[in-house]
Amino acid sequence: MKAIIWQGVNKVGVENVPDPALLLPTDAIIKVTSTAICGSDLHLLDGVIPSMEKGDILGHEFMGEVVEVGRDVKKLSVGDRVVVPFNLACGVCDPCRRGLFSACDNSNPNHRMAEALYGAVSGGGLFGYSHMYGGYAGGQAQYVRVPFADVGPHKIESGLRDEQVLFLTDIFPTGYQAAENCSIVPGRDVVAVFGAGPVGQFAARSAQMLGAAHVIVIDRVQGRLAMAEAAGCQTINYEQDDVLVALREATGGRGPDHVIDAVGMEAHGHGPGALVDTAKQKLKLSFDRITALRWAILSCGKGGTVSMPGVYGGLIDKLPMGAAFAKGLTFKMGQTHTHRHIAPLLGRIEAGEIDPSFVITHRASLDQAPELYKTFRDKHDGCVKVVLNPWA
Amino acid sequence: MTDDPRDVQGNAGPEVEGAGEASEPSTGAHMPTMERSVMGTLGVALMGAGLRSARPIQKIVLGSVGAGLAAMAATGRNPLANALKIRQSADGDTLVSDAVTIGRPAAELYAVWRDLAGLPRLMTHLERVEVLSETRSRWTVKAPTGDVSWEAEITADVPGERLAWSSLPGEGIENSGEVLFRPAPGDRGTELIVRLRYRPPGGTTGAVIARIAGEEPAQQLRDDLMRFKREQEFGSEPTTEGQSSGREPATSSSPKAGQA
Ligand SMILES: [Zn+2]
Ligand SMILES: [Zn+2]
Repeated sequence: MKAIIWQGVNKVGVENVPDPALLLPTDAIIKVTSTAICGSDLHLLDGVIPSMEKGDILGHEFMGEVVEVGRDVKKLSVGDRVVVPFNLACGVCDPCRRGLFSACDNSNPNHRMAEALYGAVSGGGLFGYSHMYGGYAGGQAQYVRVPFADVGPHKIESGLRDEQVLFLTDIFPTGYQAAENCSIVPGRDVVAVFGAGPVGQFAARSAQMLGAAHVIVIDRVQGRLAMAEAAGCQTINYEQDDVLVALREATGGRGPDHVIDAVGMEAHGHGPGALVDTAKQKLKLSFDRITALRWAILSCGKGGTVSMPGVYGGLIDKLPMGAAFAKGLTFKMGQTHTHRHIAPLLGRIEAGEIDPSFVITHRASLDQAPELYKTFRDKHDGCVKVVLNPWA
Repeated sequence: MTDDPRDVQGNAGPEVEGAGEASEPSTGAHMPTMERSVMGTLGVALMGAGLRSARPIQKIVLGSVGAGLAAMAATGRNPLANALKIRQSADGDTLVSDAVTIGRPAAELYAVWRDLAGLPRLMTHLERVEVLSETRSRWTVKAPTGDVSWEAEITADVPGERLAWSSLPGEGIENSGEVLFRPAPGDRGTELIVRLRYRPPGGTTGAVIARIAGEEPAQQLRDDLMRFKREQEFGSEPTTEGQSSGREPATSSSPKAGQA
């Protein structure tokens, strides 16, 4: 089959590789009908996530049709059309039973590697996202092996198009969870979103769906800001305006009630202490990204929430904890518990409350993907979100 | 981000309250000159290996472990034992312990451990255990120098709560261990605590080298406990072995591509 392969830092290519096979009785094989490039794939491209190996298949946002199931799979049958969460969860451990699917104890076979790098107990595995997250082959391919097939994949039984449901695999639940974590008081709370990439777009629209009185989106790319404006959000271009002053003005000096950091630091994946030295050089590169979190803390109103869907990997210098303490802020963060959001969000799509396909700017075949990785990385050509058809 | 509260004090207090042995102070901080020079050499060598490595993960791990070793050899004060979390009792025994919560009843988990002949399946460093009587058994581990074997005796057996054993005097590697089974708060199943004590060949340095080589029992124990948890909760270990990648040559005729 054809697949997008990580060939080294800044090298992504299309290769013919063996078709996936069932490895455990709880696996399924899915013929991928649509897949997407995620912003966090760019951290793999530029090599800041350690433990990638040449030959790894990329991709964690994908959906398709079940073509094979293991003998212990009960809920799926051949022919089912499914969306698949980007994170893997066993469904039976304590975090899974509490709905904390991304923190699954049992789904990462390389937990020791993640523990060594983070210096702390790791979360579960991810599709197509380095060996410290399990080394699972990704879904930017014609077929993919889906472990824990009774837990992750969610059947799509209505006539919705792929493009309307594909983002249930990651960016929609990720943006939604970020907004949900703000505990928005409908009709009263003002929410600011730093970063107007795909997750920021979904966070902003989710905040609206949850009743925010007003949503303000901050970025520097005009096309992304225009997309947020189309949804009725106020926008601030931080290259043209002083963000903190603009946010005070927009909120009568109070500051937004909640702030969502949908930028994140480049996930260096360095653990604490001993790994800091190696990370320091790279920290310089990610300086402006730390600034997003700093702005979030400085701008957030009293008693507000700083919600962080953006990925953080290591240690952070010079966080304004004094401001956070003085204002009594709450921090909410973490990888998305995708599994628990899919059914309710699918309901909202079916009810016509939102059509997630608004975020798509580029459609392409697998063969064109290497080029589009670069277009997306460089934010050229108004690129916000790329969807790939593995069979085009 | 301290993953282990014991690190805060830099010593090894009793990790679990309310059960088992009394507190075991760590010897912590005094490294003889000979060990210091061995450590320094090893540290510098590892840093070099880390810098030369093409694999980023190795670069980071080897480099930082090496730097840690070298720094500690230089100060001579705080041996690797602490940095690498190697804990020792006052009389030089190495202590290893870890814990895991498993969503199953204590009685079931205890029954698996009480079947001594089945222990090599749970503790991978064990080659085999032969049951000789109700309380006596012969344990064998594979070592680079050949199999090492000793006779052990069960010293405590409280069904569903605690199982302890000890090697008989003068046998193979002197060692002892215990497994505690405690109900976890709420409906989370059972807290399983394993404590091992042994006298490693080669003293502290031997333990440190073994740890760096990845063959140290603390890591093995952690892996063993996670594997046991996954078997008990999910029924199998997750795996990616045998999955497709660009490292395998593509087959010329792709069976599933035909279904397109
Ligand atoms: Zn993603
Ligand atoms: Zn789980």
